[in-house]
Amino acid sequence: MSNYLYILWIPLLPLATFVVLGLFGRKYFAKTAGIISTASLLTSTILSFVAAKQYFFVDGKVNGVYQKIIALKYTWLQFSPNVSIDMGVIVDPIAVMMLIVVTSVSLMVHVFSLGYMKGEERFATYYAFLSLFTFSMLGLILSVNIFQVYMFWELVGVSSFLLIGYYFNKPSAVAAAKKAFIVTRFADLGFLIGIMIMGFYGGTLDIGLLIQKLTSAQSPEFLSITSASFLGASMLTWGLTLIFMGGAGKSAMFPLHIWLPDAMEGPTPVSALIHAATMVVAGVYLVARLFPIFSMDETALNIVTYVGAFSALLAAIIACTQTDIKRVLAYSTMSQIGYMMFALGISKNGGENGLGFMASMFHLFTHAFFKSLLFLGAGSVIHMLHSNEMKDMGGLRKLMPITHAAFLIACLAIAGIPPFAGFFSKEEILTAAFHENKLIYGVALFTAALTSFYMFRLYFNIFWSKEAPAKAHSAVHDHAHNAGHNDDHKDAQDHGEGTWTMKLPLIILAACAVGVGFIPFSQFITSDGAALETHIDMVFSIAPVALSIIAILLSASFYKKENTKSDKAVAVFGGFYRAAYKKFYVDELYLFITKKIVFPLIGQPIAWADRNIVDGFILLLASTTAKISTAIKGLQSGKVQNYALYFFGGVLALSVLFIYIWK
Amino acid sequence: MNEVPLTHILFLSTALFFIGMYGLFTRRNLITMLMSIELMLNSVNINFVAFNKYLFPDKLDGLFFSLFIITIAAAEAAVAIAIIINLYRSHQSIDVDDATEMKF
Repeated sequence: MSNYLYILWIPLLPLATFVVLGLFGRKYFAKTAGIISTASLLTSTILSFVAAKQYFFVDGKVNGVYQKIIALKYTWLQFSPNVSIDMGVIVDPIAVMMLIVVTSVSLMVHVFSLGYMKGEERFATYYAFLSLFTFSMLGLILSVNIFQVYMFWELVGVSSFLLIGYYFNKPSAVAAAKKAFIVTRFADLGFLIGIMIMGFYGGTLDIGLLIQKLTSAQSPEFLSITSASFLGASMLTWGLTLIFMGGAGKSAMFPLHIWLPDAMEGPTPVSALIHAATMVVAGVYLVARLFPIFSMDETALNIVTYVGAFSALLAAIIACTQTDIKRVLAYSTMSQIGYMMFALGISKNGGENGLGFMASMFHLFTHAFFKSLLFLGAGSVIHMLHSNEMKDMGGLRKLMPITHAAFLIACLAIAGIPPFAGFFSKEEILTAAFHENKLIYGVALFTAALTSFYMFRLYFNIFWSKEAPAKAHSAVHDHAHNAGHNDDHKDAQDHGEGTWTMKLPLIILAACAVGVGFIPFSQFITSDGAALETHIDMVFSIAPVALSIIAILLSASFYKKENTKSDKAVAVFGGFYRAAYKKFYVDELYLFITKKIVFPLIGQPIAWADRNIVDGFILLLASTTAKISTAIKGLQSGKVQNYALYFFGGVLALSVLFIYIWK
Repeated sequence: MNEVPLTHILFLSTALFFIGMYGLFTRRNLITMLMSIELMLNSVNINFVAFNKYLFPDKLDGLFFSLFIITIAAAEAAVAIAIIINLYRSHQSIDVDDATEMKF
């Protein structure tokens, strides 16, 4: 087994960049921060590809099965002989796959941001935050210990918070950052309790050991965790469900999805990196990482399946009605992650039945590329028009040919049109769903059609619809997207689509969106490490592809030219449309629960108790002390002879005590 | 030669100690107070020497202690007089009743 220790450098390089730029960036690297950060990340990316090559093609395989390799394990906090928090590096198929995804998407975003964020006042800070995020995400991927996952999980949350709130002088961005942080933090509470449950019954926090102990039906740990029950469900179900709750919070699954659309307040490249390709799939990754344990419990898997499927459908419906292009993409992300989740949920561990697992990871992989491409394309459009709203757009295909082509490819990919990447992964998911659960298959099929519809609604609205605006900027300049952007980008018309640093990532990612589907993914990444034979069944593919094409045509007839058909459709759906437009009032429900129920019934009594009982006790102590000191302060008279008298009195008293009383 | 009994010497030192104590509490002049303290120290010296001579005539511990006390008394007198001089500079007086600012 060869040495994988150099993988440690992959997360450490961005960390170093973060430290350097965070401390000295604004003073010394105000202009060069982007280059430094990109160069360091480029090194990480190259190392990732080297690692992937070494693992997948040279020495990862033993007897046809990819091994889990612990490249490094350092015990950090030892609680008891078995329970400890370790820091380490794990190398296995999904970790290596995620390394590739995170470093390459992050690299593309770094390059894109060189143009997009140019001239920002806090340019260096922005790159410092990006590096922090990349470090945290890579650390999360490589975790050997479930508590290490949790720590990086929180770090990822913090960097997401920092980046969403990057335009901190914009109240909506601050509110969005807070919302994202609080919602995911709330979910992480569940995650933490889940970790505790697993650690308590499993007797270890090490992922490998935990899986080993909890997957053999005869082990004492497995018997104890399944026999203990709470509210009618076994502790295994509880632990896994709570861990999934953490994952659902990060991955924006219903009902914890409310932060994701608001998170679009951050700079668009950030949305591409964090809220499309990497952080939001952390939940999927977590479930995949613990999948052998999940597969032992039917109930937990069912929760994963139905939450995923419901989120996929709900988000797709909402996406059809939104007008802010980034919000459409956000809901589309949520919908695609729902796909990955239910694909995991319907999967079994190992062998032919592990198709769902492989499909989920495949979709994660392809989705990362085409979704970050969509976001970067949207970023390009926003950069040019300074607006997020569809009504400000239209006819841009002549003005931005490269963005147009890239966006079209990404839309075809997400719609699942062959031979683009999304087709292959979505086919695997649908195949898995078809074999395991017909209801889920139906939902998935319908969602796929909706996906094509809303993606092409977006596409036609941006690039077709109206005539190209002669003076795109003066017309919409008032809608300037980001306060900080106004001054720097007044010359938007001159630079057209943006600098080459903005076009290059689009081209590379578009190539990926076309090409990655052809990777024989099932050879590399399966639930048990052994290669899986898959094939695309042409007959089976007819239904989803035909549905997608119909949806695209429908979308074209609605939005390609300005007409009233879409308004009529809106009228037909009426109340349902309005509900979807309002995101099914989930936000309002949350506000109602927090403002009307949680605050008055729980928050205020607790606040009262804090003010009156907890504070009261401390205040009583303080006032008693003050009273006593006022009463006896006369003793300190300032007269030396009095003090001498007290002293002699004391000596006398002690003498009496020791001589006559305490014999 | 008629030996002086130990009780006589103890009576002397006790008298000396309480005279010093009385002076320390009643006099307001710092120099006099310092002198009273010296009286008390010396009464202790007498005790040490007397007990050494009457109880352990072949040892020297008591004499050593009284030598130490004399040395420390000298140092203490130097410090005390320095303090008194400073007090005089700031208060134009060496009366303890005039220096009672250090209170609540």
